[in-house]
Amino acid sequence: MKHALTIGGRQFRSYFNGPVAYIVICIVLLTLGFFFWKTFFLFGRASAREMFRWLGLILVFALPALTMGLLAEEKRTGTIELLITMPITEAQVIVGKFLGVLGLYAVLLALTIFYPISISTLGDLDWGPVIGGYVGLLLQGAAILAIGLMASSWTSNQLIALFVALTLSVFFWVLDKFLPLLPTNMASVLQWLSFDYHFQSMTRGVIDLRDVLFFASITVFALALAFRALESRRWS
Amino acid sequence: MSDVMIEAKGLTKQYGHVTALENATFDVKRGEVLGFLGPNGAGKTTTMKVLTCFIAPSEGTARVAGADIFDDPIAVRQAIGYLPENTPLYSEMLVLEYLEFVARMRGLQGAKVRQRIVAVAEETSLGDVIGKAIGELSKGYRQRVGLAQALIHEPPVLILDEPMSGLDPNQASEIRELIRDIGKERTVILSTHNLAEVQVTCGRVLIVSEGRIVADDTPEELAARAGKPRFVATIQRNDSSADALKAAFASIEGAQNIQVADGTTSGEATIHITPKGTADLRADVFRAAVDANLVLLGLEQRGENLEDIFRELTTRQNGDAS
Repeated sequence: MKHALTIGGRQFRSYFNGPVAYIVICIVLLTLGFFFWKTFFLFGRASAREMFRWLGLILVFALPALTMGLLAEEKRTGTIELLITMPITEAQVIVGKFLGVLGLYAVLLALTIFYPISISTLGDLDWGPVIGGYVGLLLQGAAILAIGLMASSWTSNQLIALFVALTLSVFFWVLDKFLPLLPTNMASVLQWLSFDYHFQSMTRGVIDLRDVLFFASITVFALALAFRALESRRWS
Repeated sequence: MSDVMIEAKGLTKQYGHVTALENATFDVKRGEVLGFLGPNGAGKTTTMKVLTCFIAPSEGTARVAGADIFDDPIAVRQAIGYLPENTPLYSEMLVLEYLEFVARMRGLQGAKVRQRIVAVAEETSLGDVIGKAIGELSKGYRQRVGLAQALIHEPPVLILDEPMSGLDPNQASEIRELIRDIGKERTVILSTHNLAEVQVTCGRVLIVSEGRIVADDTPEELAARAGKPRFVATIQRNDSSADALKAAFASIEGAQNIQVADGTTSGEATIHITPKGTADLRADVFRAAVDANLVLLGLEQRGENLEDIFRELTTRQNGDAS
């Protein structure tokens, strides 16, 4: 675990030595501000619900940009050989990388705390859904980041990793958007697989164990596939 | 622990239909500097990647510092300091940060981290650039950072894939000196295609070609083995044909083989005479020239050097080796 933290720490710091983290953080905050304040005063309600709805959607598009380079870039520059030939396992590399990007994501989420704070100055804000919303964002984000890391483990080209991760994360988000067009039994399966379905239920302030397990399973599964991809290099 | 630090048994690596390495078996002892010599694509890097557990061999196995590459890859990696062919550097990091990162990954802790960084920075003369971003460094410095990284945990085994590439002659000789020092107590494998470097640095040479080990010996013995001395006579060119020149020297008793290299344009001709055994034929060559009324401009004895052997061993098979 200590080695994983060392890798994660290096990854986290390296984000701030390059432009990607700053760009993503700026874009997320600006888009969120635009969409959120545009309608906030129309509703005339001191609720953070809309903010989480928008943020959840924006992050579906933004997070793959944070993960695209995680392993792809290491493969391209050859530093992956350094990591792999350290006295650690491939699993530690994957967990470390994941923790590094999760740390950056936590910073990003922390920067949005000004929204609920400013809303609470305008009216009586119910903090239950806010906490639920952040837990939901963290869980959904973890799943998207794990998927992105997996995509990054498949290629040495950042753009391909970005494209694959984006496709997958949008796919899981969009799943429950055209349910009325589908037969009922199929619709319920798709709904259950949808990120937004599980996320929205948390923004109501209800943290259901099933939702937590759903995102946790997706995260673990994607990390396991990333591990497989990294390890398969040995046997190719 | 025995004195054999690296023990490779029948290592074979296939990438699809391409055999990158075929049945490589060799031992390297403590205190040995082994040079891995071969053309590009011969299997040097593949062998190193197998030993560092970056890739697994298709067949065969190896032990490094007593640990098996399949059973205990972590112990193998811990015992090895590795400099891959493409120096693995994070260009956005400072040299100091980078070395600290590697030190921690290698399990160093507390004051030991700083202590080792200072030591390797001194060994590889990195003092001036320790606070600089790696991306700003010249190729030579980058290579030295890579080397410092490999040395940081005082590994018993060092595996260096082309450690001298990109270094200027002064830097190269410093690093060579360093490798020789390290090689006194520890085990070093280095790959190169620079023959002079092998002769100076390595106590033993493995020549690989097309995935096979074609020679395994000390540089001196390799040179001695294939290196019969030749006598090269330069004579003034007259009207006589190459055959006539050859005939003139055919009378030399101890000569096994006589070749005439026609220097038609320069007005000179050189004649290569290989002796039977190790006889010194210089006097005979002189007399033969006088008898045939030829003007001898020069006469020297040439030993075959490592370069000739290398060329012979690695091009003997098919010529399309990449």
